Formats: sequence, structure tokens, C-alpha cells
Amino acid sequence: MTGNPILAPIPAPVLALSDVVKDYVGEAGTFRALHGVSMTVAHGELMAIMGPSGSGKSTLMNIIGCLDSPTTGIYRFEGTDTASLSERALARMRNSGIGFIFQSFNLLPRLSALGNVALPLVYSGLGKAEREAKAQALLAKVGLADKQRSRPAQLSGGQQQRVAVARALANAPKLLLADEPTGALDTKTGAEVLGLFKSLNREQRVTVVIVTHDPEVARATDRVVRIQDGRVFYDGPPTEAALYGHAEVAA
Amino acid sequence: MIDAMLAEAWSALIANRLRSALTMLGMIIGVAAVILMLAIGGGVQKQVSSAISGLGSNLLIITAGSSKQGGFASGAGTGATLRLDDVDAIAHLKSVVAAAPTTQIPVQAVAGAANWATTVVGTTPAYFIVNDWRPDTGRAFSEMEDRAAGRVAILGHTAADKLFGANDPMGASVRVKGTSFTVIGIMATRGQGFGGVDRDDVIIVPLTTALRQLQGNAFRRSIRSISVGIDDADNLAPASERIAAVLRRVHHLEPGAPDDFTVNNLTAVTDTLSSTTAAISLLLAAIGSISLIVGGIGIMNIMLVSVTERTREIGIRMAIGASRAAVRLQFLLEALMLSLLGCGIGVGLGTGLATAASGAIGFDTSVTVSAVVTAFAVSASIGIFFGWYPATRAAKLSPIEALRS
Ligand SMILES: Nc1ncnc2c1ncn2[C@@H]1O[C@H](COP(=O)(O)OP(=O)(O)OP(=O)(O)O)[C@@H](O)[C@H]1O
Ligand SMILES: [Mg+2]
Repeated sequence: MTGNPILAPIPAPVLALSDVVKDYVGEAGTFRALHGVSMTVAHGELMAIMGPSGSGKSTLMNIIGCLDSPTTGIYRFEGTDTASLSERALARMRNSGIGFIFQSFNLLPRLSALGNVALPLVYSGLGKAEREAKAQALLAKVGLADKQRSRPAQLSGGQQQRVAVARALANAPKLLLADEPTGALDTKTGAEVLGLFKSLNREQRVTVVIVTHDPEVARATDRVVRIQDGRVFYDGPPTEAALYGHAEVAA
Repeated sequence: MIDAMLAEAWSALIANRLRSALTMLGMIIGVAAVILMLAIGGGVQKQVSSAISGLGSNLLIITAGSSKQGGFASGAGTGATLRLDDVDAIAHLKSVVAAAPTTQIPVQAVAGAANWATTVVGTTPAYFIVNDWRPDTGRAFSEMEDRAAGRVAILGHTAADKLFGANDPMGASVRVKGTSFTVIGIMATRGQGFGGVDRDDVIIVPLTTALRQLQGNAFRRSIRSISVGIDDADNLAPASERIAAVLRRVHHLEPGAPDDFTVNNLTAVTDTLSSTTAAISLLLAAIGSISLIVGGIGIMNIMLVSVTERTREIGIRMAIGASRAAVRLQFLLEALMLSLLGCGIGVGLGTGLATAASGAIGFDTSVTVSAVVTAFAVSASIGIFFGWYPATRAAKLSPIEALRS
């Protein structure tokens, strides 16, 4: 699918959006949340998506995470047009190609921390022993080795988010998407989670895309994409102007 | 994957204990009714066929007293209107193989130190032919012994056990109402009769002896019943008409006067019994099927509620890679678990009720393996059938919309 061996030295980007439009059709009519977004993310990038509330960041993340599909335009994941993928293939992608971290954690309340982390492994068909060993290792990696049996309700917000990170990493995805992962956390725990992303990116070359309102979070990344009213507004290094939104005024 | 899903299905049911229990109620009642039905139906079938084979099917029993109903001779046998002369009149009729007058007397029998309340049957040697029931140890008594009022007795197995235990009863003596009888034989085992009567709990003695020694003076020439063997099952109806005609003449009944006797056709009795049982079975089957369907709809209803309540959970699962098939499987497993759990409890309840029923009605009910297997198979089908729609609804959710809910 990646095609011509002559072009092989140029690696295919992890994801490529071209002219992606998203319309929400409701009773009040159609609302265009994304007005033709195009961008490319290469392997190993650590980037932030910023923009005011309602600008379309989550809409974009959901499309990138294969939770939603564009109304028009093309989204390629590792060179494959996701529109051509079957439901089953999309499920497999969400399962092991992409790790998604939500602002509201989205852990299953009835399962223990271990059970939550092991759940993606259930859907990828691993046996019980293997699942548990892997989930234990992941929990240890995010510093929660002693909280395996705790239910989400028995964990602090930061701990819950770390469980969510461990869950997102379960099947060693190439791409980690985090929609305001630190939004519900205080500065210190937010910094810890961010540190986790950074080390994953540096040590394991996991591509990380973070949606954030926090300039300090974005400052730690290599690239900032600013969105306003469903359009890409700025795409470049985390300069002060980009971080604090002066670019919007400048443009 | 299945192992984790089963564990999760279980924890989902446990999380809503009361709701799960109420949902299962329909299944429980339905399965219990079906199990009970099959147990009683099977038990009665066995009972009827063993009773028929034990009786000899070509048997008419004439009892003293009239009965308006054709079936059971309720209230019959109370008036002493059958006499020994009637037996001779009947014995010569066409199709009649043999006629055995019998009188039954409840007694307290004594053998050595043992004491046992049993029934003495006073009869003639024709009894052994008519009932096709003979001693398997020793011998029957003869016409001679009967006419001479011989003090000989043949014990049923139960009576022999109770009176003699491990000792050999042959040649020993049994005292009944002050008269001593010598045991000359032991009858073959016959088993239970209608209503769980132990037909082996008897002492058979010559009729003459019974009438003279054991029965009160007033009834010396009267007998309780006459068993008549008929040569062919097809001749039962004409023979019973001929017997009735002869008895009316011998008893000098005016035309129009009611019979002072009843001719019972046992085949008819067993037929009535079978059809009554069939009706009860049908009723239970109807209750069972309706309950099962209602139970299935209950499961569907609760699963739909569950899918709605857990929409967000479904969204999360899909977001981390659950395929539609996996989501459907999970909800199907939950429905299946509900129905099978209900079935298990229903089987237990049905078995308990069947045991209680067998004690109450005296029938030997039996819960067969095939009945239990059938119950589980039907319940599984119901779980899958009624769980399919809710599970499919869960599987059809769009991940993003489910997550937003
Ligand atoms: N399901 C929906 N139906 C209709 N409109 C929607 C829907 N989801 C989002 N929108 C609209 O699309 C726009 C973009 O929403 P989105 O959630 O992507 O914003 P966002 O940039 O993530 O905002 P925030 O920073 O507050 O999370 C908003 O104006 C929102 O009202
Ligand atoms: Mg958002």
C-alpha cells in the first residue's frame, strides 16, 4: 500500500488530512465545524493543537482518531484512505494503531485499573495471563503499580488520567492522541502527564498530538497548530505568538 | 476474549442484582412449569403403564353399590349387595375366563413378636388367574382348601418383609383376628398401584375362611367385589353389559330401578386418568410457554434499558477498539446469562415442586436428563432470540455519538 520502492526512503507520514470538511447536521440546520483542514504529521512528532473553545479541535481529533469520519475530504492514516476501511478495520485501528486519551478520562467505572488497561488487549484477542502481565507492566510504567485493584472512583484525577494513558498505550500504538489531557488536572499532575508523553515520544518515537489550552503544555512540544473557526490558522514552531494566540490577531 | 466478556457480563448482572433477579422471574416460572409438567407427565405415564401391565388389561371389577359416574366407583362398595351366588352366575357367561370374588379386611397381623397393619384379601383360586399374579415362592391354595376353609395364607412381599424380616416365612404361622394361618407361599412383587398404593402389602387367604373367621356375622355371605377376567380386550364392553343384565336378574331388580352394583372397566379408568393428566400437562405447558415468552420479552426489555444506560460505556469500548461484533457478543452473552441463570433456578424449583408433588399425589414423578437439557436449550434460544435486538442496537451505535451521550 505504501507502494513504489523507489520512493521508500521518504517515509509516509503517520497521518495526512487534505481539505477535510466536517458538517454537523442537526435540527437547527447544518453547522460546519471544519472548513477544509489540511495537514500532515510525520512519524515521531510531538505537536500541540490550540485554539479557542468551539474552534473545532475536538472535531478534528475525533476524525484523526477514527471515531468520526469527514463529511468531505480525505484522511489518510499511514497512507491508507480511511474512507476505504471496513468497520472491522477501523475498530482494529482504534484498538492498536491509535491510542486516544480523553479530557474526562473515560475509564469504565466497574473495572479495576488493571481491567481498564487490559481492555484493549481483550479486543485484540490476548489471553488472560498475557493481558494481565502486560497491563501490570503498563501500570508500573505510569507509576501506579500499587493501584492495580482500585476502581476509577477510588483514584485521584491525575491517577485516573495515568490509567487512561496506560490504556492508550496497551497495544503500543504509533499515534497517541490526547484531547485536553491536562484540562482536569492541577499544574503539577498536568506536568507529570505531559512528562510521560514527552518521554514516550523521545524514547519510543511515538507520535503524540495534544489538544491543549495551556501555553505551557504547548511550549513543551515541537510544533503548534492553531485552529480558529474550523480553519488552520498557524502551523509552525511554538513561538510566543503562536502560544498566546497573537498570531490570530496578526493574521 | 470470551473469558473477559463472561466475567464482565457476570459483573454487570451482579451490579444490578435486584433487577436481574426480577428479569429472570419469567424464565424461572416458565422453566419450573415445564420441568414440573414433564416430571408429572412422565411419572403418570410410567404409573399408568405399570398399573395396566400389573392389572392385566382385560379386567372388569364389579363392586357392590351403585355409582352414577362411569369412571371411579366413588361411594360404591359400601352397601353389601354382592353375594357368592353372583359369582357363579357371572362365571358361566360368554367371554368370561374366570371370576374371583374378593373381600378386603383391614387387619392387624402378628407373627412372633412382629405386628403389622395390613389388608387381608379373601378370595378364590380364580384370583390368581384373573389378576395374572401368582406366588413366586411356595404355592397358591386350591379349590379344596377354599371350600374346606383352610387356614393357609399367601403373603405379599411387603407383608412378608414386615412380619418376618430376614426369617423364612414359609411354613410359619401368622395370627389374624385370633385365627392362625400357615404361610404356604409368597406372591411375586407387584409394585405400586393407583395413587401409590402398595399392592404387595397384603395377605391372601381363602375366601371361605375369610368370611367365616374374619368378617362380622352380618356379612358372612356378602363380598366387596368380584374381579372378572375377560378373554379379549375387545369383548370388555359387551361382557360388562351381559354381566350387568345377569346381576339385575339375579338381584331381582325391577326395570327402571337403579343398579345396586357397578361394573368398572379398568381400561376406561386408566384412559380417564391419562387424559386428565394430558389436560394438566397441557395447562402447565401453556403456562410454561407463556411465561417463557414473557420472560424473554422481559429480558429484551431490560437489555434495551441496559443498552441505553450504558451507551457511553459502549462508546468507550468502541473507542479503544471493540468491533461491532464484540459489542453485540457482549450484550448477547449478558442476555444469555440471564436466561440460563433463570433456567438453572427454574430447573431447581421445578425439581423441588415435582418432588413435593410426588409426595402429595402419590405418583412417582421423575425429572429426566432430557427434560433438563431441553429446558436449557430452549432457554438459550430465548436468550439469543430476545437478546439479539438489544445487542444489535448496541452494536449499531456510532462510536462518537455513544461517547458524547
Ligand atoms: N454533535 C454536534 N452537533 C452539532 N454541533 C457540534 C457537535 N459537536 C460539536 N459541534 C460544534 O462544532 C464546533 C466545534 O466543536 P468542538 O467540540 O470541535 O470544539 P473544540 O475546539 O473542541 O472546543 P473546546 O475547546 O471547548 O473543547 C462547536 O461550535 C460545536 O458547537
Ligand atoms: Mg474540545
